[in-house]
Amino acid sequence: MTTTVTTHRPRPPAQPATLRAKRLPRYAAPAIAVAALLVAAGVVYGLGIGGPVLVVVLGALCYLAGLFTAANAVEGRRAARNRTWSALIHSAFVLAVLPLASVVWTLVSKGVERLDGNFFGTSMNNIGARDANGGAYHAIIGTLEQVGIATLITVPLGVLCAIYIVEYGRGRFAFAIRFFVDVMTGIPSIVTGLFVLAFWVLIVSPWFNDGRPGFSGFAAALALSVLMLPTVVRSTEEMLRLVPAPLREGAYALGVPKWKTILRVVLPTALPGIVTGIMLAIARAAGETAPVLLVAGGGAAINFNPFENNQSSLALFVYQQAGEASKYSPARAWTAALTLVALVLVLTIAAKLLARRNRLGR
Amino acid sequence: MAKRIEATNVTAYYGAFKAIENINLTVEPKTVTALIGPSGCGKSTFLRSINRMHEVLPGARVEGSLTIDDQDIYDRDVDVTAVRRMIGMVFQRPNPFPTMSIFENVVAGLRLNGIRRKSILEEAAEKALRSANLWDEVKDRLGKPGAGLSGGQQQRLCIARTIAVEPQVVLMDEPCSALDPISTLAIEDLMFQLKDKFTIVIVTHNMQQAARVSDRTAFFSIEKTGDPGRLIEYDNTQKIFSNPSVKKTEDYITGRFG
Repeated sequence: MTTTVTTHRPRPPAQPATLRAKRLPRYAAPAIAVAALLVAAGVVYGLGIGGPVLVVVLGALCYLAGLFTAANAVEGRRAARNRTWSALIHSAFVLAVLPLASVVWTLVSKGVERLDGNFFGTSMNNIGARDANGGAYHAIIGTLEQVGIATLITVPLGVLCAIYIVEYGRGRFAFAIRFFVDVMTGIPSIVTGLFVLAFWVLIVSPWFNDGRPGFSGFAAALALSVLMLPTVVRSTEEMLRLVPAPLREGAYALGVPKWKTILRVVLPTALPGIVTGIMLAIARAAGETAPVLLVAGGGAAINFNPFENNQSSLALFVYQQAGEASKYSPARAWTAALTLVALVLVLTIAAKLLARRNRLGR
Repeated sequence: MAKRIEATNVTAYYGAFKAIENINLTVEPKTVTALIGPSGCGKSTFLRSINRMHEVLPGARVEGSLTIDDQDIYDRDVDVTAVRRMIGMVFQRPNPFPTMSIFENVVAGLRLNGIRRKSILEEAAEKALRSANLWDEVKDRLGKPGAGLSGGQQQRLCIARTIAVEPQVVLMDEPCSALDPISTLAIEDLMFQLKDKFTIVIVTHNMQQAARVSDRTAFFSIEKTGDPGRLIEYDNTQKIFSNPSVKKTEDYITGRFG
């Protein structure tokens, strides 16, 4: 097979004689930033068209333009584009973090007012509009119990479902399950609340509640678990798919049965990712208000029993306090919101540490 | 310990695609048998059908009969896990379990099959690691992750893991293709030692390796892309590499084809 092929190779670009190129001095970028801000401040305040926010926005635009012009003049077009895009990416990051920082700052600054022992030790029972006291003890109990029960229901179900889809499911049935899990992801929380209200509270629970509909924390947990299920299934599924096939084959080749391979090789390998997915689902469920409002009743008193009588939750507490006609209630709402965020954060960190403990240190 | 493998009219499919057709070949106990041939000729498929790893892929199936000491491993009432415990396998890329330490990797096969006694496991781990020429390198860090070893060490770890369950046959699917010459030499030396106890079947693209390590060599080939792979010639390694009886084998070995 010897054929002579004549190819017209494109001529290589002329090589530069030196590897050195002109660079902007180190102080150039900060100097341009300061100049841009000054120009922006001059324009904004000179024309009297806005405040500090407009100065920063206009300053950022001036900075991008100035940086591009300066770099283009000194370093050339490629370097100028590189600098401009880097600056754009950094500003996108700042834009993304800004709301988060703002939320945290608002929560902390406004929530600290009622951050006292009384808030965490008392409920809203017999607290009138003129009472400065009152707390979210009952709501914290409600959130912990409802989310806890929902997690206990959802995690085994969701992980097993994902294992079925990835490891066992073939053909139409597995496809149908995947499809309906996707559909479930899009169900609004109020709809799951209505579903549990119609199905559990009004139809099933009267059977063992003397014929009266039983609003309870457990009903809220059911609604939350319907919400959590698709998140847990999909994230677990993705993580299981990431486990390399040679690992499974390695275990099979040792004569390990399939179920044991999944339990002892595949799941531990995917564990950190699965835990992250579960935590995302828990965080979402902990912040849900609508289902709890519909099916848990939202009482003001402490109720440890999730299976009987009304229960509240932190999200519901925030909603109720924010709408209360009392000058003391906004502070309670902020503190409850801060508590909710802190709770989810602590749970996430704890779960991450637990998942990491199972991995070997390098 | 070692067992004889007899393949009769073995044909393997991936869905509708026929990957190998009518392979007839006998592997003698306590020998090293090399499978050589161009890419896509079905060597690995045949190797994987020996311990029923072929059927792990969806849609893959095997026809014909494969016996190990006169037991057909494709019988309806054969336990797949028992077959795989008897016929171990080492893969092309080292695949230690990432969540397990070196020790746990070696005893994974035993532990996951229900052996829990620490003394038994420790003894088996040391024995397997010594057999795999890895003991001296890892004896002080058995608790460290297996994935932290070098590529050659990882492959020897996988060999140790395979022989720790005391199989009769060890299948190796291009075990050295991801390794440097020194690690390759270590594994080839290992094969010489393991031959005393196990029957070894190795797939390799490296003809010098086949000539160095194997007693018998099987040459597989395909007519053209899309055709099933067939066994062209199977003989003593020396005969294959010095005086093959089929023209095609000679062409392949001398580099004129494939």
